[in-house]
Amino acid sequence: MLLGRTRSVCLVGLSGYVVDVEAHLAPSLPAFTLVGLPDTALAEARDRVRAAVTSSGLAWPNRRITVNLSPAALPKAGSAFDVAIAVAILAGAGLVAPDAASAAVHLGELGLDGRLRPVRGVLPAVAAAVAAGLPRVVVPAANAAEARLVPGADVVGVHSLAEIAARYGADVDVPDSEPVPAIVPAVAPAESPDLADVIGQDAARHCLEVAAAGGHHLLMVGPPGVGKTMLAARLPGLLPDLDEAAAVEVTAVHSLAGVFDPAGGLIRRPPFENPHHTATPASVVGGGSGMPRPGAASRAHRGVLFLDEAPEFQTAVLQTLRQPLEHGEVTIHRSAGIARYPARFQLVLAANPCPCGNSVGKGLTCTCTAHQRRRYFGKLSGPLLDRVDLQVDVTPARSTDRPGAPTSVVARRVGEARAAAAHRLAGTGWRTNAEVPGGWLRSRLGPDRRLVRELDQSVDRGTLSLRGVDRVLRVAWTLADLQGHDAPTAKDIGEALNLRTRGQGA
Amino acid sequence: MRAKDAVGRYGEDVAVRHVLALGWTLLDRNWRCREGELDLVALDGRELVAVEVKTRRSERFGPPSLAVTPEKLARLRRLTAQWLAAHDVHPDSVRIDVLAIVVPPRGAAQVDHLVGVV
Repeated sequence: MLLGRTRSVCLVGLSGYVVDVEAHLAPSLPAFTLVGLPDTALAEARDRVRAAVTSSGLAWPNRRITVNLSPAALPKAGSAFDVAIAVAILAGAGLVAPDAASAAVHLGELGLDGRLRPVRGVLPAVAAAVAAGLPRVVVPAANAAEARLVPGADVVGVHSLAEIAARYGADVDVPDSEPVPAIVPAVAPAESPDLADVIGQDAARHCLEVAAAGGHHLLMVGPPGVGKTMLAARLPGLLPDLDEAAAVEVTAVHSLAGVFDPAGGLIRRPPFENPHHTATPASVVGGGSGMPRPGAASRAHRGVLFLDEAPEFQTAVLQTLRQPLEHGEVTIHRSAGIARYPARFQLVLAANPCPCGNSVGKGLTCTCTAHQRRRYFGKLSGPLLDRVDLQVDVTPARSTDRPGAPTSVVARRVGEARAAAAHRLAGTGWRTNAEVPGGWLRSRLGPDRRLVRELDQSVDRGTLSLRGVDRVLRVAWTLADLQGHDAPTAKDIGEALNLRTRGQGA
Repeated sequence: MRAKDAVGRYGEDVAVRHVLALGWTLLDRNWRCREGELDLVALDGRELVAVEVKTRRSERFGPPSLAVTPEKLARLRRLTAQWLAAHDVHPDSVRIDVLAIVVPPRGAAQVDHLVGVV
């Protein structure tokens, strides 16, 4: 009875589980069965592995081969188990040293010619292997750069199955084959454009700065062509670099979504996601049959999710964003299991004031009926809008307007404000003002009720809810951080109230 | 077709020698009925073994054992049952073995004995 074993990693969402791959070779009629809940792509591994082994110049063992992926009850998907299956069989057949084979974690898809092809999600898989105390990982050469991003991993990048077999002591010639190139995502992340491109719009630019400094969600309302989209695209440039933990998290999500180019190392800049308004709920929060994949909300984790023409989005899409806005993660249930993806993004909404877009100022050229206007904005109102701290009107620019401060200058101010907030919030677990609960904010203001007199009056008048007060206070703290104040002044609170309510007061 | 048959015949001779060398009692050889043929029937202690002998001259088109398909195995099971019905032998248990024999142009035949394939 011949038994070979090695290890691989199964990804469920972003969490990886180390899987034991065992191959049992019984002296019976040649057959090859694969057990342990494989999906279709994984079940096809049988044919790929057989072809790859013979193409590598190794003898295929004519035995009844049973390969088990343990824990057998965990559903497994994808082609990343090919290499581990091949190595386990070769170890079982005595063609390679069993100790060397079982000591390493193997990831990668096999081509019929025996070359290793890159797979998705290498970063979280390698991180899981290292966390499980298995630092030695063998990955396709095209994924080696990505795997090496994991601290503590002992990565071996290989080109072909013959190379692995030779490493483990098989008597085989390693062919000098052309390596399989890495899958580089079609859309390379563009450099964030500069804020100096925006002419005028001082109020909106200031609002963008406040949003960047406090991590506040932002709604911009204005007629077509005033630069809402331009402004939103410049927000990621104002945000500071991601810290180490966030960079690993963001890179893992992008690796799993198949939109990560490992050439540039970990993703250190906040991502920017800009789904079209025809997007479905599954494309925004994640989904797909079998094991769900991350959607735009997760790809925007620690970055910016921009919904242009927000009222044009399906109501279902806007509603599905409520869970990630509240908890910072999405949980998706599908037949193959439950996936949790992080989704702590900064939401930026842009909207026209009405379907025709001309209802600004006196709105003389607007052709919409009152009913149309109400319906259009009604889609945004309610629980979603309630979570947006900053709501501003963007008005058309004038010919006399001049370009404002460039991204580098504003980003420095944002960095200083964020540092002030981080200093104040040290030890609390919160990083930005937007995350701080209202009670904590109120208690920090001290007993001076004069500061919040205006807010109290608004509450008594019924124009501002208590939650609204908390939101105003959060923005006021951010304004104070930007000005270098120790605590919000009455002016900061007044301005925050203005920013919260599209200039209409409360 | 003569050469092919001769190879098969030679392979069966090799198989008989192999089985006898294991100390089995050979009960029948090339037993035929309407459904087909059992190559060898032998007793391994108290166990009855129906042996399918498959011979090839090289492994270029895969090993001989690959030619024993599931349909062939099903037929072997039926034939074994018919053999038992036709003979007054009462073994404790029954199994089917495959002897995959490669007869190279030079040198001794290689025998791969697959035990209990059903």
